[in-house]
Amino acid sequence: MNFDIDKIRNDFPILGQKIYNKPLIYFDNAATTQKPKKVIDKMNEYYFNYNGNIHRGVHYLSEKSTEANENARETIQKYINAKHTHEIIFTRGTTEAINLVAYSFGEEFISKDDEIIVSVIEHHSNIIPWQILCNRKGAKLKVIPCNDKGELLYDEFEKLLSDKTKIIAINHISNSLGTINPVKKIIQKAHSFNIPVLIDGAQAIQHIKVDVMDLDCDFYTFSGHKMFGPTGIGVLYGKEKWLDKMPPYQSGGEMIDIVTFEKTTYNSLPFKFEAGTPNYIGSIALGAAVEYINSVGINNIAEYEKELLKYGTEKLSEIKKLKIYGTADNKTSVISFLIDGIHHYDAGMILDKMGIAIRTGHHCTQPVMDRFGINGTIRASFAFYNTKKEIDTLYEALLKVIAMFN
Amino acid sequence: MTINEIQDEIIKEFSAYDDWIDKYSFLIKTGKNIPIIDKEQKTGKNSINGCQSKVWLHASMENGLIKFTADSDAMIVKGITSLLVRVLSDKTPEEIMNSDLYFIDKIGLKQNLSPTRSNGLLAMLKQMKLYAIAYNTELKNKRK
Repeated sequence: MNFDIDKIRNDFPILGQKIYNKPLIYFDNAATTQKPKKVIDKMNEYYFNYNGNIHRGVHYLSEKSTEANENARETIQKYINAKHTHEIIFTRGTTEAINLVAYSFGEEFISKDDEIIVSVIEHHSNIIPWQILCNRKGAKLKVIPCNDKGELLYDEFEKLLSDKTKIIAINHISNSLGTINPVKKIIQKAHSFNIPVLIDGAQAIQHIKVDVMDLDCDFYTFSGHKMFGPTGIGVLYGKEKWLDKMPPYQSGGEMIDIVTFEKTTYNSLPFKFEAGTPNYIGSIALGAAVEYINSVGINNIAEYEKELLKYGTEKLSEIKKLKIYGTADNKTSVISFLIDGIHHYDAGMILDKMGIAIRTGHHCTQPVMDRFGINGTIRASFAFYNTKKEIDTLYEALLKVIAMFN
Repeated sequence: MTINEIQDEIIKEFSAYDDWIDKYSFLIKTGKNIPIIDKEQKTGKNSINGCQSKVWLHASMENGLIKFTADSDAMIVKGITSLLVRVLSDKTPEEIMNSDLYFIDKIGLKQNLSPTRSNGLLAMLKQMKLYAIAYNTELKNKRK
């Protein structure tokens, strides 16, 4: 494997710093990832030299920004292997992308007593938009359960399917457990009932190869900041056949064709769903982030992270009082755990003082915590710039935490 | 002792520790001395839910002084809670209302009280002051 970890770490300026006089160990990558210099430089480059509002201006700056924005759309289209560039809608992030579909698809296709299927291991942002839709339309939410390893129960999923089911929304990878869901199999099954499927890809897009045509998903959503890009930008991929039929989500400038006080006709895709001045510097920098991922190679990333996960799981399992939550056979580099008798907040506070950034709490997945009868975990989530040595430091730090609270 | 005298006493106690590990160890130990809330008082009414940890707080009035009892499921939060109770318990409503709590910053634990920490401590501090306001109003009404 061609993987120069020192070179990669040098690409991320923030990783070189010290926190409380200790080298920063950043293990909160499922919350947000750090940015390579290329992404930061790209934002600076455009703010310094080319900032002009896109799509309307006839002047040089506007043309430069428009071109870069549309190039980024194409870069993303290729990255996820979408059929058309206009199937790539820029949003604020995964949350907005899911809200867009829940509102807009819901407006057109959901009626009273219809059913929507989600899973018990969803992030709140793939639950609440559907709950609100259900309340608005009098529809019902059905939930796929999981086993003790945090894997979805496929048989139970099949039982939930009926002619009332109008859409299925599940994550590709669970943010709190790391489970990789068998989305392709689920999509195939759903399509045999003519049910469309939305995949929340926020935790997958930066870890494994995503090919939306191969998956045949109807919608795929992800966030820029979790894939080494800036905050405030994300993507909704949608099949043209759905997006064309869905009404606009937000309205205003950019998304129109002809406006009169009697009637307004809407712009074509993707602009119909991009009302107002979009975060074009964000999308341009997201394009740079995707180019960066491509330069490292997503398959190299996946392979390296798999090794980190294996090493981390074995290392942390050496700690007697430690229990890992989320032990799916197929998972990504997330280790959620608890130490017997120690509150996750306490552990997080002490680890922070040792320069280790991990996440504690329910990770916006309260139903998962309820499923396992806990109120939170300590979560270490790795990216491809992390190292086994850092995992060793976490291990040592956890021993200190245990000593402190005993 | 006045509120400020107790605060100064705590600052002095913590000044013995340079190292943050010792400081947190001391804090955890301190938490064990908390005037613990009665089990039956650990109800929804007395619980202050942070995003991550839980705090329970009970207030009562004895001879014009407010008495606090409390608990938390996280040890660090419990430690800081015990300090807040030590400073503010057995004081008049007016003293509590007018108090300026500078000791947390001085002993280097301010981070735990930041609004982003979501550990329930900030909400608890607010609740303690609200109790003081409520008891103060009650006292005034009695005097009338």
